[in-house]
Amino acid sequence: MSPLEIVIFLPIAAALAIWLGAPARPTSLFAALVNLVIIAGIAFRFDGSSLGVGEFAHVSSRIVLDNPAISFAVGIDGMSLILALLTAIVTLAAVWQIVADKSAPFHIASLLISAGAMGAFLSTDLFFIYAFHELALIPTFLMIALHGHGDPANRRAVAWKTTIYLGVGSLVLLAGLAALVLNFSEGPVISFDLTSLLQQTSSVPAATQEWIYFTLLIGFGTLVSLFPFHSWAAPAYATAPTSVAMLHAGVLKKFGLYGLLRIAQPLLPLGAQAEWVQNALLIMLLGNILVMGLVTLHQSRLDDMLANSSVMHMGYIFLGLAAGTELALKGAVMLMFAHGASIALSFALCGRMRNQVGTLEFSKLGGLATNAPLLTVLFGFAAFASIGLPGLANFAGEIMIFAGTFDPKLLSPEKLSSLQWTTILALWGVVISAVYMLRAYRKLFFGTANSGHYLRDPGFSQRVPLVLLAAVLLVVGCCPSVLLGLIQSAWAAAKVASL
Amino acid sequence: MSIFSSEVFLAVLGIALVLVSVFFPKIPTRTLAWIGIAGVLASLACLLGASAAETSLPAFVAPYYSLDSHSLFYKGFALVITALVLWLITESEKTLVNYSLDGQIGELVGLPLIVCTGMMWIASARDLITVFTALELVTVSFYVLVAYTRKSALSLEAGVKYLILGAAATGVLVYGIAWIYGATGSLTFEGISASLRDPSTGKGTLLFGIVLLLAGLGFKVAAAPFHMWVPDVYQGAPAPVTAFLSVGSKASGFIILTRLVDSLVISSTLVSVEVINLLLISAAITMILGSLPAIFQTSVKRLLAYSSISHAGFLLLALACRGSTRFDLAAGDVVAFYLGTYLPMTVLAFFVLCVARRHGRGDSLEDLRGLARSSPLLALLMTVAMASLAGLPLTVGFLGKMMVLMAGVDRGYWGVVGCAVLSAAAGFYYYFRVILTLYSGDNSQTSEPIQLSLLSRVIAILLAAAVIITGIYPRPLQRAISGAPAAALTTQR
Repeated sequence: MSPLEIVIFLPIAAALAIWLGAPARPTSLFAALVNLVIIAGIAFRFDGSSLGVGEFAHVSSRIVLDNPAISFAVGIDGMSLILALLTAIVTLAAVWQIVADKSAPFHIASLLISAGAMGAFLSTDLFFIYAFHELALIPTFLMIALHGHGDPANRRAVAWKTTIYLGVGSLVLLAGLAALVLNFSEGPVISFDLTSLLQQTSSVPAATQEWIYFTLLIGFGTLVSLFPFHSWAAPAYATAPTSVAMLHAGVLKKFGLYGLLRIAQPLLPLGAQAEWVQNALLIMLLGNILVMGLVTLHQSRLDDMLANSSVMHMGYIFLGLAAGTELALKGAVMLMFAHGASIALSFALCGRMRNQVGTLEFSKLGGLATNAPLLTVLFGFAAFASIGLPGLANFAGEIMIFAGTFDPKLLSPEKLSSLQWTTILALWGVVISAVYMLRAYRKLFFGTANSGHYLRDPGFSQRVPLVLLAAVLLVVGCCPSVLLGLIQSAWAAAKVASL
Repeated sequence: MSIFSSEVFLAVLGIALVLVSVFFPKIPTRTLAWIGIAGVLASLACLLGASAAETSLPAFVAPYYSLDSHSLFYKGFALVITALVLWLITESEKTLVNYSLDGQIGELVGLPLIVCTGMMWIASARDLITVFTALELVTVSFYVLVAYTRKSALSLEAGVKYLILGAAATGVLVYGIAWIYGATGSLTFEGISASLRDPSTGKGTLLFGIVLLLAGLGFKVAAAPFHMWVPDVYQGAPAPVTAFLSVGSKASGFIILTRLVDSLVISSTLVSVEVINLLLISAAITMILGSLPAIFQTSVKRLLAYSSISHAGFLLLALACRGSTRFDLAAGDVVAFYLGTYLPMTVLAFFVLCVARRHGRGDSLEDLRGLARSSPLLALLMTVAMASLAGLPLTVGFLGKMMVLMAGVDRGYWGVVGCAVLSAAAGFYYYFRVILTLYSGDNSQTSEPIQLSLLSRVIAILLAAAVIITGIYPRPLQRAISGAPAAALTTQR
């Protein structure tokens, strides 16, 4: 039995135990902690240099269906290890910060979402990569509809919108995956196994690759809130309970990007490079960065602003995907990790403020720093990370993506390509982020304190999840090689940088 | 005991149970039901022990009766659903007694066994006359079962509707059989298939017969445009009977359709294009007309009726993917696979309805509000059933849908695949609406906790486990369809 299987099923078992009456908080903390220890152990001993093209470590495979050949196969390489690490860290922080009275449903939902994300990142069979992602659908739906913030009619509407968007998005994705599997399988056996698909040499015609890639881009893109399929995301995160928002925005949303990097990019290189696909992607991601940036600028509540900013930042990761150079793709993975940690920290702080202060309207708040120095510093970490300040993790990812788009192989001496123009425009997004983040920071924490709204630093126990996330941002930001070392070795030989 | 004699045994047992309930009314119905279940399980054991190679058939049935992997699967299917329906009847005994005329429900225990005999016989039928008689054995028994709770006006209405429309469908079916006999000079599937290769066979005559036959069978499986009866009958019939109708009756219709399409399409191309097109058109309409009205339903039973229609659409699409698909499951196997996935989730949903009814909750969506507080277990079981019916991955319902969609994509039936995606998307809404209702409701409502007996808890949890485990590990189901004996499952790989 591979340790990865334990990592996937431990949260499910813990959720079941809580449902059966085990004490909620100790059980879920135990499961999250054990998972983090296992993943950290794997990361510590991970040596990616021995892995060839499409090879994974800690593999284990159990056939569940003969033909179409589906097996419950798990495995790990640099990219999935980084995302599994992110999942483990954010899960621990998310379940730690749950303070509700009847907390069992919150713990169960968080654990199930976490298990879904772990399963999706660690499976190496297309069927289970897809299937595990959907595990989160019902918990997310119920948590937003029943325990979300705001009035009941509104949160139900948000829950429906989210579920239908994600459901239809996954059906589009399923159609794309089915087309991919059917087109890639020569002969009688239809295989869902990622390893054998990656090692396959026979080529699929460019036109077929293009439309399958585009279908996958729309399907995965909807799950990542790619503009113009993004409108579910911001209300969902603003409405969802804090732990669900942390896990969904921080971890689960990365699934769509992971799928594009893991499945679409390496298997359909001709589709990714086709000019019309490339241009469509560039336009959509500019929509994320600039349109959503301006939308974020006009939010008057902290939760709405954070939710929209999370949609906006997806644009940068898509830019890394569009560039497709090794540097830019590594930057994309780096930014996925960094964004996951920073948005989880932001939502954790936002939830704490909502509970204590009772409102998140910028106009009603001010001077919160007086009684809450620690929260002020931590919010600063989250805000500066999100802007992309050097020394915090997001900067490393963003600079790699931007530099990656100006790779010598992509540059022509005469003129800039549409990709490079997109980068130049996207850089303005950094300015927009700086404006709204710093403005929010100033309004909330500094200036004159409004009467009636006080924020206090949490007790020692509740500091742990916040400090954990901030520490991760700082460590990875100052020493990105901690993570890059894991990717480097895995991708050096991979098809991914197939320029 | 051979398979054939176990069928005779079940019919005799069914009649005996009815007689016993009449002459010895003191014997509790529950006891009779468990005797029936024991008989069914004994037959199932003898079926699992046997194999298709077993040829000890009496000479007088051999021309009409055959055994292959499909017939074995469908026989097992009939036995499993009959046992589960008898269990559902014991679960809702109180409700049934309340609404029956004389407080006696003995026939309700005996008749399912006779239906089961009919369904098992259909699975082995080699010619259209045998199909017809066995199908009538099933249908006539259902006329009684549907109208059994006669104190309820809805049940009576359902009985009348089912009787009149069912009789009309039977007429159409016989008429179609007559035309096919006129065109091909044969009533056996092999004979019809052989005569298609004969150039002198009249295509027009044959097609007319086929259309009539498909219409008659379309009624049985709830395929559009012959689905109008389904919502009313499903709503009016007692919940266990509805479950039986939804799963058992549908399966019987589809084994006949599978054999018919096999004999009409695979061996020759005389009428294959027309038959495939008829199936595809019907599949597309069925999916849409099943899932869109489901959005507006307020009764869970009616919702499940429309859901049953929409599932029939997926089955028809599978059937239209004629010949072999590129994966191991041929079109007929995909149909069987889909039915295999459909059984546990549907029975589970009806179990929850039966128990809710017993505890004074009705079938409307509002009546299920806050069920999670009365019984977390029931709410979880219903959640699993609904997630699976919606086709959420890691449940068995997803695999069935995925197989059908892949077969459709492989054949390039894009239009119908599009309808299927639309239907599945609508499904997310109406199944999730049930889930949301289960868990919502404010704390002010008083809801007395619902207690389940240990046995029913165990069976229900096993069903839910089957939904999830088969959703993750479908290999045994595939093996059961392709005919590998049970013993081979554990030894291979």
